[in-house]
Amino acid sequence: MTGPFPPPAPRGAGHLRGEAPFPLAAEHALADGQLRRNLRRATRTIREKRAHAVAELADWPQLRAAGAAIKDQVLAHLDDYLLQLERQVTAHGGIVHWARDAHEANQIVTGLAAAAGATEVVKVKSMATQEIGLNEALAAAGISAVETDLAELIVQLSHDSPSHILVPAIHRNRTEIRDIFLREIPDVDPALTDDPAALAEAARRHLRRKFLTARVAVSGANFAIAETGTLVAVESEGNGRMCLTMPPVLITVMGIEKVVPTWRDMEVFLQLLPRSSTAERMNPYTSTWTGSVDGQAFHLVLLDNGRSATLADPRGRAALRCIRCSACMNVCPVYERAGGHAYGSVYPGPIGAVLTPQLTGVADQPTLPFASTLCGACYDVCPVAIDIPAMLVHLRSRVTAGQAAGRWLPTAEAAAMSGLAWTMRGRRRWTWALRTARLGRLLARPGRPITWLPGPLSAWTASRDLPRPPRRSFRDWWARR
Amino acid sequence: MSWTARAEILERLRTARAVDAAPVTVPREYRGPGAPPPLEPTSGDREPGDLSRLLAGRLADYGAVVRHGRAADAPALIARSLRACAARRVVVPPGTPAAWAAAVPEPLPDQPRLDVTDLAAADAVITTVAVAIAQTGTLVLDHGPGQGRRELTLVPDVHLALVTRERIVAGVPDAVAAVDPRVPLTWISGPSATSDIELDRVQGVHGPRRLVVILLDDPAS
Repeated sequence: MTGPFPPPAPRGAGHLRGEAPFPLAAEHALADGQLRRNLRRATRTIREKRAHAVAELADWPQLRAAGAAIKDQVLAHLDDYLLQLERQVTAHGGIVHWARDAHEANQIVTGLAAAAGATEVVKVKSMATQEIGLNEALAAAGISAVETDLAELIVQLSHDSPSHILVPAIHRNRTEIRDIFLREIPDVDPALTDDPAALAEAARRHLRRKFLTARVAVSGANFAIAETGTLVAVESEGNGRMCLTMPPVLITVMGIEKVVPTWRDMEVFLQLLPRSSTAERMNPYTSTWTGSVDGQAFHLVLLDNGRSATLADPRGRAALRCIRCSACMNVCPVYERAGGHAYGSVYPGPIGAVLTPQLTGVADQPTLPFASTLCGACYDVCPVAIDIPAMLVHLRSRVTAGQAAGRWLPTAEAAAMSGLAWTMRGRRRWTWALRTARLGRLLARPGRPITWLPGPLSAWTASRDLPRPPRRSFRDWWARR
Repeated sequence: MSWTARAEILERLRTARAVDAAPVTVPREYRGPGAPPPLEPTSGDREPGDLSRLLAGRLADYGAVVRHGRAADAPALIARSLRACAARRVVVPPGTPAAWAAAVPEPLPDQPRLDVTDLAAADAVITTVAVAIAQTGTLVLDHGPGQGRRELTLVPDVHLALVTRERIVAGVPDAVAAVDPRVPLTWISGPSATSDIELDRVQGVHGPRRLVVILLDDPAS
């Protein structure tokens, strides 16, 4: 065996690696006024509602401490809990599959769907299946995957990608959505208005027949109970319940970290998740099922894809506590401006900045740990108390250590920092440097910042604008006063 | 390597957790099952024991219609609620009290099982609940007698649920303790909803657009 063990998520399948590094992608997103307006409104609205929903529970801090500890307990014995889960699911008539990575998970699901004779599967919104790029893998096998969550349907029909894990189509306005529906849904009423209720009704009609006739459904899971083999899925619209109950075959794809020890643990997570996620006392629908129900064939696919590699870093493994509530996105000043697409992964925002580089290995996502101001708001709202700022700093050191080990030449940032230290150690050198800096005025047009520096210094201005240096330094002004 | 995926993943996990694994104890200092009803800083004054009123308020917050009455009034309330929704063809799960079924204009018994077209053509469904959670306004169905299989409360457009006082618990921990996870459960908190378009809440997407709850508030005997 070559490379690190446990290995990160391999390249070539799935959506953990974007086309552009964060600084480039963010620059593009920052120029999109609509995206920024929609995100600002959405994140502000959700975070205000969330604060209210959380304040209603006097024992929130105790629930949060319990949630974090339960997840840590899982991580300390993950192999044992998975084996227990497997035994229970199997004992109740389900079939458990293990997938080392995205390729393997896609093969398993595609094979099961093909064996069931399906040319179309209905899907519940699931981060794990987005992570592995399941829809593309199914399409390559001639099977179309129909997203049934309203926002995911909008994203799928517009051949787009999600920008937020909770409200994936938040970058779209109602008139855009109406135009997408008019263009993409067959038999849609040509007089469709852009009223959200009318748009939801159009989606309901479009999907109802698919729910009633589909042979195979694919879902994710929010939790899996090792003790009983019970799967738990939370949702709002009822599309999840449709998929979980109507088709004769159900395939659930779940990251291995989703297992929890006991049914009792749901008394914690069914309070933490809805209030932290959609800012509701409870989400409209939660379904639980154990093995095969009412004669439906049930397959559970357990996905690693870099999770065991994440577990191997004691200072990074707490990222696996994440219950995908998205509260950290809604408080993050960087996410609010750059948007979800800039992170180049299905996991955006602060949690994405710590989780994605660990799943892929930091060498493949070296800019994400720097996509943060370390303000700490994400840690404050996290319902399972993931210390994201501390983890970001740790991952930054992993990135720089990796770069130093892999290259002869230091990075521009490392060179700049050590050069600055040398200059500041000598008084004459420092005075000279400040005067020389005024030459920098030549690089900027009056009243504008510097957006480009020559040579290795271009690395600095690639993601930052420099202010135009003043005509006279403070030291000069002080000396000639 | 000719390992199976299962063997290799287990080996990966054992390797990974060998790195600095510490024992964990879970602090459960939050409000557990059976504890007095939770104190809510934002909910104002509330007498202990008025879980029924709390439940009614929480259900109304979700946009559910709530009616109150005594058990003896149930048939009349059912008839009135169905009339208000213009619902005639109503799915009646096995185990529904005969007096309730008699109050339905056109009962559709699920014995033998209705097929999906019949189900899709039904106007409403009438059920009991296993547990109702006052604090969150949640109805928990375990699909036992009077509740029927999971699809029955999903496909028809109106869900009429009858809740008796002894089924009401204070909070989520009480409900988790009261139900058996080995049977399928459906937790329902208001009508199906979405906020996916510009965060505007739309009631009724794929599940029932209307949830009507009749609270049977007979005094405890």
